[in-house]
Amino acid sequence: MTEFKLNAEPRVVEPTVFELSSPGRTGVSFPAPDVPLADLPERLLRTDLPLPELAEVDVVRHYMHLSNFNYSVDGGFYPLGSCTMKYNPKINEDTARLPGFTFTHPLQPLETVQGSLALMFTLQEWLKEISGFASVTLQPAAGAHGELTGALIMRAYHQARSDSKRVKMLIPDSAHGTNPASSGVVGLNIVQIPSDPRGNVDLEALKAECDDTVVGLMLTNPNTLGLFDEHVEEVVRLVHECGGLVYGDGANLNALLGILRPGDIGIDVMHFNLHKTFSTPHGGGGPGSGPVGVAEHLAAFLPAPLIGILEPATDELPPLFGYETPARSIGRMKAFHGHFGMIVRAFTYILMHGAEGLRQIAEYAVLNANYLQARVRSTYKVPYDRICMHEFVAEGHIEGSDIQALDIAKRLMDFNFHPPTNYFPLIVHEALMIEPTETENKDTLDRFAETLIQIAEEARTTPDLLHQAPHTTPFGRMDEVRAARELVLCCWLPENYGEQE
Amino acid sequence: MTFIPHSESERDAMLAAVGIKSLDDLFAAIPQKHRYPEMDLPDPHTEMEAAAQLSELAAANNTVQELTSFLGAGAYNHYLPAVVDHILRRGEFYTAYTPYQPEVSQGTLQAIFEYQSMMTALTGMEVSNASHYDGATAAAEAVNMALAVFRGKRSKVVISPSVHPQYRETIRTYTQGMDLELVGDEPASDLASGPEALGSLVDENTSLVIVQYPDFFGRIHDLTALTAAAHEKDALVCIVANPTALALFKSPGEMEADIVVGEGQPLGMPLSFGGPYLGFFTTRKKYVHKMAGRLVGETVDNRGQRAYVLTLTAREQHIKRDRATSNICTNQGLMALASAAYLSVVGKQGLRQAAESCFHKAHYAAGQINQIPGYNLRFQDDFFHEFVVSCPQPVEKINAWLLEEDILGGYDLGRDYPALKDHMLLAVTEMNSKEQIDALVETLKEVNHD
Repeated sequence: MTEFKLNAEPRVVEPTVFELSSPGRTGVSFPAPDVPLADLPERLLRTDLPLPELAEVDVVRHYMHLSNFNYSVDGGFYPLGSCTMKYNPKINEDTARLPGFTFTHPLQPLETVQGSLALMFTLQEWLKEISGFASVTLQPAAGAHGELTGALIMRAYHQARSDSKRVKMLIPDSAHGTNPASSGVVGLNIVQIPSDPRGNVDLEALKAECDDTVVGLMLTNPNTLGLFDEHVEEVVRLVHECGGLVYGDGANLNALLGILRPGDIGIDVMHFNLHKTFSTPHGGGGPGSGPVGVAEHLAAFLPAPLIGILEPATDELPPLFGYETPARSIGRMKAFHGHFGMIVRAFTYILMHGAEGLRQIAEYAVLNANYLQARVRSTYKVPYDRICMHEFVAEGHIEGSDIQALDIAKRLMDFNFHPPTNYFPLIVHEALMIEPTETENKDTLDRFAETLIQIAEEARTTPDLLHQAPHTTPFGRMDEVRAARELVLCCWLPENYGEQE
Repeated sequence: MTFIPHSESERDAMLAAVGIKSLDDLFAAIPQKHRYPEMDLPDPHTEMEAAAQLSELAAANNTVQELTSFLGAGAYNHYLPAVVDHILRRGEFYTAYTPYQPEVSQGTLQAIFEYQSMMTALTGMEVSNASHYDGATAAAEAVNMALAVFRGKRSKVVISPSVHPQYRETIRTYTQGMDLELVGDEPASDLASGPEALGSLVDENTSLVIVQYPDFFGRIHDLTALTAAAHEKDALVCIVANPTALALFKSPGEMEADIVVGEGQPLGMPLSFGGPYLGFFTTRKKYVHKMAGRLVGETVDNRGQRAYVLTLTAREQHIKRDRATSNICTNQGLMALASAAYLSVVGKQGLRQAAESCFHKAHYAAGQINQIPGYNLRFQDDFFHEFVVSCPQPVEKINAWLLEEDILGGYDLGRDYPALKDHMLLAVTEMNSKEQIDALVETLKEVNHD
């Protein structure tokens, strides 16, 4: 266990903007108003505004310094399982910033935003083609927001059929944490379904729970073990037979592009992660975008508005695009129409790939994962050892060593790799979840595999090297306990701070 | 084109290492009859072709740079300092994931910590989370938090009719099926009465009062009496605030708010047809364990350096699963960075200048429009940079006329408020010159003479 002994005040590597501030300094200023001045209502004004004061160059250098502390896809290999950290094409950044897109207001009259609406309509259509669903909304802001949308749609569907005793959401134990959370926040009861020895949904356990109180099943397929469920059609049939619906968590769709359309095997509703599958950048924790696709029988429940054609094209005129409200819509999931900037990026990406390119994405993502798995499986135990999809899960412990997954993850940083996802999925002991994506070349995968093998050797010979890792990064291991205990969440403290209970 | 780097010989070597003959062998587990579906998609495009097609789509829009815009209603046309996008375009920031590995994510973590600090300073509160999807979803999460504070024992939420209509819709979507009593914004509610009227709806079963500041109609009211009335019944108060207005007007913290949420888009984010924007959420420290979203806290590393980590993660979905305070995972990290960069570079003085410029220009515009026969300011209250005008003709017709003159008119309030048929909500920011305002006034005069 790392010890944190502090003999002095912590050393400041980069001051905060508040520490860099000096009264009276200015950065970007604004012109004086060119209109007669009005009277400000004195009784409503604030007296203090404790914001920092910096010159522009100081701001630029500050953020430049901070950026140097980050690991990124642009900087190196980022095999973070279930996060699909593929290369984010630069052209996406340029198209999303075209002034015609950047400077349009969401409430402009339809005839002034036909370019944006045509793009959104087309992306809806493309996502339908890719997934096999009947209808798609682009409104949800992220994957978990799409799940929430899906859970609300599923419940609304049953309620519309006066089937009000359905309160149970079935969720495999290999699911992402957002699945139970999304169902939990809308008030559904979660029932966990175990996995069988091959990493599939345990059919007997599923059968036992399938009754007339089931809202549905939330299925991640390929699942978080990186495995395609070998009985998926049986799973879907069982849930449908008891009147439930099947939600597909689309987080792992990268493995299926052009290979299988979830709608074709009877999935009823699914979210897409544009920020995983369709290369929109993760932004250090968002913005994402989580469109939701549904089968025909759920189309009426989608959130409003959708983008539709209000007047079809004529010989002289293009179609008029506009907003449509589904008949039994669950309502609006957020203000305005969705993360338009992300929608432009995903549109650009799909346009460049076409059907053939999308299929290659899945093929090479899956090839890369299997290649890496093949290279490390004799060193690290792979508990569900079969052909994987876009990712695989290994056990991060070494026979004859006290090294844990965490130590391996931290040691990888010393070799300039981002660690895999660790300790997830929960059903694998000391899990290391590795997703290389299709944009990494063989050399990178070889270097990564060799590094993992070297680390396993170090675990036996020089375990302290791992316990203390990382060594070469700008920062070492963190005192997480202190962060939670002292709870310093802000570097500017209001006067009454701490006096509250 | 694709971004796949493999040569054929590399591919074959990798297939051999896996022990299979072809790429098809990777997909044996996929039901055969559904394998390799036909997809009706465009042919692959090169970057050059894609760029041209996107430019064409973008050019089909009319922007607020080509038109003169007086449209606001929750998204505002402000000046974007050049620095902000240059910072956002650093690949180190925008191609990183959520900072789960703090040793190699201090850039993102410190930036979010500073964002949290600036948002608490601006709102006058004690803690801020790392962001929500937008102002509307932040408001919905405020409802969830208030219900959690009272452990579900108070099922009434009072909401002002002058909270953004799309925020009220979003709250209703989020809370459907929860058996909540949402009151205060009925279609017949009196829009002219001040916030005090809401206070009378608060009772011992009320968990939260939601009010907007400045409200959807641009009006600024002192909300101190309302928070006092709510606190008398132990109810919480959530203020939906405009961050630019907070440069000038009393902070929600000063008015004793319990939660402050809002849309951060005015802080350095382009209009971008509605997103991505930034939901901010600040509250009192005593509620921090009930708050949704990610939180960055200060700590030290094992080398004695000050550093930052995601903290109180036990509230979150990946630990608590179905008992998490919220399902939020990916939020708006890069937009939080945008607002932090914006606030840093405009600073205390710049934000005040921008806000004052909005105030004076809006008041000039309102004064001029109020003098046109047939047009009247609907409310006499203090306002910030938006105001309501009753019009002599349907708003749609006036806006069509304005558009002929390349002017983007205001929001048609009749869409959401039957009592405000033929009323327009106009927004004026630092981007509008006197000349543009005068042109608007002249054109409105002509509409009336039509």
